[in-house]
Amino acid sequence: MQKRYAAIWFRHLTTDWLTLHRPELKQLPFVLAATEHNRKVITAATSLAESQGIQVGMAVADAKAMIPDLLVFDEKPAREKRLLKALAEWCIRYTPFVALDLPDGLILDISGCTHLWGGEKTYLKDIVTRLRGSGYDVRAAIADTVGTAWAVSRFGQVSPVIESGAQASALLPLPAAALRLDSNILTRLQKLGLYQIGSFIGMPRSALRRRFGEDLLLRLAQALGQTEEYIQPIVVPEPWQERLPCMEPIRTAAGIEIAIKQLLETLCLRLQQEGKGIRTAILKCYRVDGKIQQVEIGTNKASHHVQHLFKLFELKISSIAPGLGIELFTLEALKVEGVSILQEALWGGNPGLDDEKVAELLDRITAKVGTGTIHRYLPDEHYWPERSIKPAASLQEPAITTWRSDRPRPLRLLATPAPVDVTAPIPDYPPLMFRYKGEVHHIRKADGPERIEREWWLEGGEHRDYYNVEDRNGQRYWLFRSGHYDTSEKKQWYLHGFFA
Amino acid sequence: MNILASKKDIITNLQKNILQWQGINIPQACTVRFAGLELLEAAFPNAVFPTGAIHEFLTEQQEHAAACAGFLGGLLKVLMQQGSICLWVSTSRSVFPPALKNFGVAPDRIVFIDLPRERDILWVMEEALKCSSLAAVVAEIGDLSFTESRRLQLVVEKSKVTGFLLRKNTKKLSTTACVARWKITPLPTELEEGMPGLGFPRWNVELLKVRNGNPGSWTIEWCAGKFVPVIRESTGLSIAEEYTRQTG
Repeated sequence: MQKRYAAIWFRHLTTDWLTLHRPELKQLPFVLAATEHNRKVITAATSLAESQGIQVGMAVADAKAMIPDLLVFDEKPAREKRLLKALAEWCIRYTPFVALDLPDGLILDISGCTHLWGGEKTYLKDIVTRLRGSGYDVRAAIADTVGTAWAVSRFGQVSPVIESGAQASALLPLPAAALRLDSNILTRLQKLGLYQIGSFIGMPRSALRRRFGEDLLLRLAQALGQTEEYIQPIVVPEPWQERLPCMEPIRTAAGIEIAIKQLLETLCLRLQQEGKGIRTAILKCYRVDGKIQQVEIGTNKASHHVQHLFKLFELKISSIAPGLGIELFTLEALKVEGVSILQEALWGGNPGLDDEKVAELLDRITAKVGTGTIHRYLPDEHYWPERSIKPAASLQEPAITTWRSDRPRPLRLLATPAPVDVTAPIPDYPPLMFRYKGEVHHIRKADGPERIEREWWLEGGEHRDYYNVEDRNGQRYWLFRSGHYDTSEKKQWYLHGFFA
Repeated sequence: MNILASKKDIITNLQKNILQWQGINIPQACTVRFAGLELLEAAFPNAVFPTGAIHEFLTEQQEHAAACAGFLGGLLKVLMQQGSICLWVSTSRSVFPPALKNFGVAPDRIVFIDLPRERDILWVMEEALKCSSLAAVVAEIGDLSFTESRRLQLVVEKSKVTGFLLRKNTKKLSTTACVARWKITPLPTELEEGMPGLGFPRWNVELLKVRNGNPGSWTIEWCAGKFVPVIRESTGLSIAEEYTRQTG
């Protein structure tokens, strides 16, 4: 089958994109510039600016002299590539093979695709009108070879669709630059007065090779179709999504369960083959009356374990209202991560926090109770008791510093210290007795004080003098006095915790 | 003689069978041993501390809860020795993780589940007990009915995870399927004559109920990273009285 190619040329790719994002620039001439050898050089200009004499490659200072209120924006590296990639992904609707043609074009392998649009002319028209409609200034052409399509899209004057086998006649009136040649070769051709392809296409090959090198012959052969030219199509990542249409609307929980199981099995098989696992997934149920019910699950660790994921969904089934029935289920994995493949161990080890089962258990708890219930703590480098621990970001996060055990700390700590009434006769001595919740505790033994200063760079206030005390019944407490002992002013004592 | 011996065999066999039917697995020689708790272990059937069962601790006051957490810390130290982790489920948690380090437990290996509602605790506890990779699950709950405790016991029999229930509400105590009911209360510490300050944590460990065992009470101290039983000569006085006599 004869290959057919389409070339699309974006004449002002980056500037068109900027205009699309900032509509207020539509009526203004502006350019993009990049620094090159200590001066700013224009890399792209709008058609409005070009019509006033601005050219790509000009210094910004010169351009400003021509148009004083010219807007200049910084060129970001690799912006064209990003834009072209997005456009190429959009073009997948026309053909499965789309290749980038940096810096400003796309090449489509359209063999066997055009009849779906009713012919090449309408096919091309569709592409061009749609792209122009979205704001890009494009030209496109169709030919047997990539080279001819490229040449006609840039320089063609007559018809954008070149009949099969008519490359040579189409190329004849075009300038030499249409052959995608190096600028050195182009200037040499220019010097010799060979302005059009037609003026040197008939020359002996040996003469052309001797004067202009192999490159010219290669490009010529590629354009004429004598040598095969390959394009590298982009690969569009397939979304992690599965659909399950139902013959009869589903209304029962049992039916929903079966649907979820089927969806999970197919999706997890795909994930497993690629070594991926679900972090978040969403199940959408399309009802007969047009409403959509959806439930979302999340996991602490990427998983493609059907049983586990099903359990997470099972907890949420009760929140799906089937109404008159559900006719379509879709399951999409919104966030997918690589799964670390565990080595099968012959002996049962104890992986602790890395354990798959623990992660699955915590997922179930999160799914049932809600987020923000699971806490794990790591030591933090603060003396202030409330700040001496920090919540761990993940289950696997290791402790950077070691846990301190040189100072006594109570096993039960009150969230806010409770004020207590004390009898403390001597300065810097523990109290003789204190009253907490109406009960009097006579202190028999005491240790301390341990002074803990406030971290002044975080907050202001009094320091604390902590005492560990034991009352007559052997119950042990952590008391502190806020601030220095002072005869003129009574200082408040607090109970902060209970020792074991 | 022969008839007598065979009768004895039959009875011991029968007793063993009864224990098995009741869901009490006969512990093997390699089960976990708690250093310093030998006297206490003798109260349990076969003189082995039952792991893979549900234990119930009564903690009326906050002081008792602290003592109880200390004793639990000592138990968890042994249970978590192989690097496995522990779940601590509660609605109003007051445990201060760094203090657990003093009892030999790495606080970062404990995962705290703080639930907004009391009724979710039992669900989480049951789910957690099913997970055999955990060393232990601790839950602070208010009430526990017989049916609920039976459910937990049945789960534990399969997974062999040890469960600890800290019961705050001790007003209404009914029969439960738990293997033991404990009460840990703090006791005055003791130092050498004339030394100031506090000594090692000391508790009165009471076993109020033991299934197929003998209840009792012991004085246990946490000293240098392990339990140490305190055996005192009976003076015929309660500890408080003795204390007033010592201090005048």
